[in-house]
Amino acid sequence: MRRLLLASCFGVAAMFTAGYAVANDELAKMSADPNQWVMPAGNFANTRYSELKQINTENVRKLAPAWTFSTGVLRGHEGAPLVIGDVMYLQAPFPNTVFALDLNNEGKILWKYEPKQDPNVIPVMCCDTVNRGLSFADGKIFLHQADTTLVALDAKTGAVVWSVKDGDPSKGETGTDAPHVFKDKVYIGVSGGEFGVRGWMSAYNIKDGKLVWRAYSEGPDSDLLVDPEKTTALGKPIGKDSSLKTWQGDQWKIGGGDTWGWYSYDPELNLIYYGSGNPSTWNPSQRPGDNKWSMTIWARDADTGMAKWVYQMTPHDEWDYDGVNEMILTDQKIDGKERKLLTHFDRNGFGYTLDRATGELLVANKFDPKVNWATGINMDKSSPDYGRPIRVAAMSTEKEDVNHKGICPAALGSKDEQPAAYSPQTELFYVPTNHVCMDYEPFKVSYTAGQPYVGSTLSMYPPPGDSNMGNFIAWDNKTGKIAWSDPEQFSVWSGALATAGGVVFYGTLEGYLKAVDAKTGKELYKFKTPSGIIGNVMTYEHGGRQYVAILSGVGGWAGIGLAAGLTKPTEGLGAVGGYAALSNYTALGGTLTVFALPSD
Amino acid sequence: MTTSKLIFGFGFALALALPIVARADPAGDPAAVSQDEQGLWHDKNGDPTYKIEPDGTVDWNTFSGFRRYNAACIVCHGPDGAGSSYAPALADSLKTMGYAEFFGTVVGGKKDLGNGNDLVMPAFADNKNVMCYINDIYVYLRARSTGVVGRGRPDKHAPKPPAFAAAEDKCMGPD
Repeated sequence: MRRLLLASCFGVAAMFTAGYAVANDELAKMSADPNQWVMPAGNFANTRYSELKQINTENVRKLAPAWTFSTGVLRGHEGAPLVIGDVMYLQAPFPNTVFALDLNNEGKILWKYEPKQDPNVIPVMCCDTVNRGLSFADGKIFLHQADTTLVALDAKTGAVVWSVKDGDPSKGETGTDAPHVFKDKVYIGVSGGEFGVRGWMSAYNIKDGKLVWRAYSEGPDSDLLVDPEKTTALGKPIGKDSSLKTWQGDQWKIGGGDTWGWYSYDPELNLIYYGSGNPSTWNPSQRPGDNKWSMTIWARDADTGMAKWVYQMTPHDEWDYDGVNEMILTDQKIDGKERKLLTHFDRNGFGYTLDRATGELLVANKFDPKVNWATGINMDKSSPDYGRPIRVAAMSTEKEDVNHKGICPAALGSKDEQPAAYSPQTELFYVPTNHVCMDYEPFKVSYTAGQPYVGSTLSMYPPPGDSNMGNFIAWDNKTGKIAWSDPEQFSVWSGALATAGGVVFYGTLEGYLKAVDAKTGKELYKFKTPSGIIGNVMTYEHGGRQYVAILSGVGGWAGIGLAAGLTKPTEGLGAVGGYAALSNYTALGGTLTVFALPSD
Repeated sequence: MTTSKLIFGFGFALALALPIVARADPAGDPAAVSQDEQGLWHDKNGDPTYKIEPDGTVDWNTFSGFRRYNAACIVCHGPDGAGSSYAPALADSLKTMGYAEFFGTVVGGKKDLGNGNDLVMPAFADNKNVMCYINDIYVYLRARSTGVVGRGRPDKHAPKPPAFAAAEDKCMGPD
């Protein structure tokens, strides 16, 4: 009955939300309590901002580790723990063990859940066996396992309440993203762009694990969950068969557009936001067309999944600039007008600011000055190319069997999944970035289900004239300008945290947890954790003390591209240290380090 | 489907036709002594090997191996066989691993579970992007293991021999 209602009542959610709104209200209330950290980004808006201010710019230099916890796993550790009441919940890479730790009892293990998963899923995870975190609602902890199983655990006992399989790892479909709970549903996407997996977003009922809707990134309108007349792109209806028209033949069936990033939610608009990834294969000449709707920002109705608007950032990708990075929702005044904004830092090197109600493009500028594949984004509303990148022909990789040189950014993007933070105090975004360029040589590739489907070689190196491979930047989304930029030797692959204490935190690949002044970027504190950091910083308060926690454990894409050091330093660069192997700085091992100010 | 499988089978058979013999010194002397009709060089034991000219020009197979390695294998084994945080550096492995073991591992995969770092390599037997180029990938990694080819894209390479191109087209099939 409920499902019937859902299927038939597009946009009249209010009629039946009475019974549904409970989880949402509970979560919304809990996320407003800065003592807890109840969802992956701390709040629906994905700002990763905490009102806690016990740790501030004056005293952060005294910060010290309070306690640590080893996950016992040597793979790359992405994501961050949750804190619900007196319990911390923490997940690990494959086999995705979940720990519940008692904050009242020095982190004693309350329960542990270790799923049994077929190890054959390991090699179909493109870039290490990472897992980006857990979600909580309705007394349950949600885990998206590597094998695409979505499991709901009793938060008190760790017992399985329900479990569903969302995809098929034998076809290269895997789970790496954190589940996200909005209202009465838990959302998960899929990974597998390097295996030709056609991406989708699934919404399951938090009560019983029933699939409510699934929407694909590519294919016929019925698969996309779009209305050709009502779903818009830059203000215009997308029309019939908007995706099918941009692919040759059946290529959309193995066309990628995966959905492994972070999702956000606006309760007033009742819209969820996420990005779709690169089209498969990496050899662009094998898939002519715009390849819609890969590389796209999606705004969907949270109840029905129906798309309200879409915006494709990189039509016909030629560089693996996945569009999955987080959408950060803020309410700010822009050009004298209060607006509901969405800010997104794309792998393609552009920082986009849109009106999240309508999908109107307001600002699009490079957040790394070295980006050279496009000169800008066409902002002329009367142009047929409105909203499209203004490409530099020399940086196209369209020609097969040719080594295309000097493209910035590299396939890692100017920023990968490592999420940015936003502080309403400064109205600045704090963005962990990569500062890496590449040579790209595509060639013919053949598709086999469950096998890598890549079709290009890469060589990566720092931009000419630079020796740093990362920057931690502050970005003004209203003007599209960098406020300040701190160079880092390696890509900054850790999620940032902004706090009301005026301190911004992030981690580095060498393993440092760093605290900087939100206004100036001045480094105020650093501590070297046991391994390189690709996790996200979070904070909570317990027993009157503010804690800052970070997972260390090097790996992921960073473990591939950088562990061995980058190739062929550009001639004329003298800074040997700049591209020395990361393995000279850190070794494997998953550890949570929790910091606090010393108690007197 | 059937057609492409047949064609693929042909390419696979081509690769298998090479002698596979286990030896005490599996890596062996990499010196190239003979070249087959498709341009692939062999060592004195008949195993595929590289041929680097005095000016640094690499044979086509080594160059082809560089490209195919850095698409299919890089996601685990890192750029240029240099390893990653979760898969071994093949530029080191091939110092002691011979052609037969390399071939068997690529075809059948490998598992090393436990100790907090489960290592699993898939079987590539059905993957044309690997199997059609397995000898190329081998000679490229062999050249990396002896150090005669460095990191990154080889600067100069011999042209693609017509016989290689014909065999490649047959093995990869249409699209």
